[in-house]
Amino acid sequence: MAKIGLFLARRLVKAAIILFFIVLINFALIRAAPGDPAAVMAGEAGASDPQYVELLRQRFGLDEPLHTQMWIYVSSVFQGDLGFSYRQGRFVSDLILERLPATLLLTVTAFIFALAMGVLLGTLAAMKVGRWADTAITTLALVSYATPLFWLGLMLILLFSVHLGWLPSFGFESVGAGHTGLARVADVAAHMVLPVLTLGLFYMAVYTRLTRSSILEVHEMDFVKTARAKGVTEGNVMMFHVLRNAILPVITFAGFQAGHLIGGSILVETVFAWPGIGRLAFNALLQRDYQVLLGVFVVTSILVLLFNIITDLLYTVIDPRIEVE
Amino acid sequence: MNRDFWNAFASNRGALVGLAILVVVVLMAIFADVLYPRSPWSMVTAPFQPPLSDDVLLGSDTLGRDIAAGVVHGSRVSLLIGLISSLVALFIGVTLGALAGYFGGWVDDAIMRFTELFQTIPNFVLAVVLVAIFTPSIYSLVAAIAIVSWPPLARLARGEFLSLRSREFVLAAVTTGQSTPRIILREILPNSLSPIIVAASLTVATAILLESALSFLGLGDPNMMSWGYQIGAARTVLRQAWWMSFFPGIAILITVLAINLVGEGLNDALNPKLARKGRGR
Repeated sequence: MAKIGLFLARRLVKAAIILFFIVLINFALIRAAPGDPAAVMAGEAGASDPQYVELLRQRFGLDEPLHTQMWIYVSSVFQGDLGFSYRQGRFVSDLILERLPATLLLTVTAFIFALAMGVLLGTLAAMKVGRWADTAITTLALVSYATPLFWLGLMLILLFSVHLGWLPSFGFESVGAGHTGLARVADVAAHMVLPVLTLGLFYMAVYTRLTRSSILEVHEMDFVKTARAKGVTEGNVMMFHVLRNAILPVITFAGFQAGHLIGGSILVETVFAWPGIGRLAFNALLQRDYQVLLGVFVVTSILVLLFNIITDLLYTVIDPRIEVE
Repeated sequence: MNRDFWNAFASNRGALVGLAILVVVVLMAIFADVLYPRSPWSMVTAPFQPPLSDDVLLGSDTLGRDIAAGVVHGSRVSLLIGLISSLVALFIGVTLGALAGYFGGWVDDAIMRFTELFQTIPNFVLAVVLVAIFTPSIYSLVAAIAIVSWPPLARLARGEFLSLRSREFVLAAVTTGQSTPRIILREILPNSLSPIIVAASLTVATAILLESALSFLGLGDPNMMSWGYQIGAARTVLRQAWWMSFFPGIAILITVLAINLVGEGLNDALNPKLARKGRGR
């Protein structure tokens, strides 16, 4: 247990260092943008009031030397200050925190859906190599892998909401329905089906392909033959011998991909009017509210770092051989 | 290209189909001005004409522009940005990966940390921020897509260089006193190209998807018709006019699918040892 604590501490330190550099990039972006950095932070030049721009200039010490400015910026971000959105008249950190739960609900559900379905379909395909089920699954994965997810979202809305009328097409829950308790949960769940499917399908395709090839590789190894020779049933060989080993590269990759998943939520939340930080980013984009946009950039990066730590921990649970150094 | 290469490539039927589709898309891009001489932005008919109307095969959009003309002209942007940004990403990735793999030690450490940093940053979010701050244009799109696409290529190149570095032919080149740049460019690089080419071809597919997503959000080059833009513009009228977003989306899907198929074919042809792995035959 102490070992895990140490491991966790090390990963957190590493994450903090990466975060530091991400904040530096953020600072560089503000500086690199054409025009006065204070005006950039306040939104497009001309649209904000000169007093506020002056305030920003003072707060970030824009008349100070560059390294002082950098230090002021980095330390303010690490204190949780992501700036103030002039357009919305609110603190960026408040805006983001308010919407974070909706995004987490969407991305985590989509991630679990993608991973579970991907491993399931990949296993199925590997068991039926060369047969029609394999061909069907491989083709599905190939097509899903090439589908732009924002377009998929629109097409799902067209089919399931407009034509069939089965599922709601936008929002987090029915406005004004006043559902409580379980009815509310069911309502939110119904609203989640299409966004989760849209966000998850691409990654499902990735994990399907990965699981399939990983299983086919492990399948040929000696320890599997040994297990089979001992008389372990085919199902158990698959479950306890093949899958347990084959799934490791899938999880490594899944951890890597967490960032892409969170990025994809900008598109999905835009299509489905899902009230999360992705939609916040899209609105900020329309208004050129850079302060909010850069805040979303920092927060999504933090989420990726957290996701990565969680997958690392998961890894050590699945494969105890891996030392938590 | 020799005969063996072609035979291996052609033995993958999907790759042939992909190649055929890709040729059609490339022809479409080259001859866009012949097929649809008028600007894809110009109004040619009444708005909201459904597909198979008199003069517009795939229907018209909310401003009476021809969807088919947009799809044909849009292929230019997608292919151009996909290709150029992948080349830039390839250049950055292979340079960094080669240096890391060849020199090892602290150079390797520093470069890999840098790569890790870029792999942590949610790439789509970074691309959005970059294009938004540097104002949307074909240059900022290419730069942003290249900046978020190079890390996997760097890792791959590093791995290749690392394993080739200690091989006899490289050691021989070192002993005979060849210069370092020469060893890197003339000895190691040509031998590490096959996996890099395959990965680069898949990068083109991802780059096209990224470009379309950025254009969908309104971050495309405002002077160039693109598939993502068409879908983004038609989003609000989805219920009344499915065709406006349907056809450009199909164009993206088919193009990306074709490139992926060609990539798999290249993999079969260039890495014959690995080719059958994962295909189970």
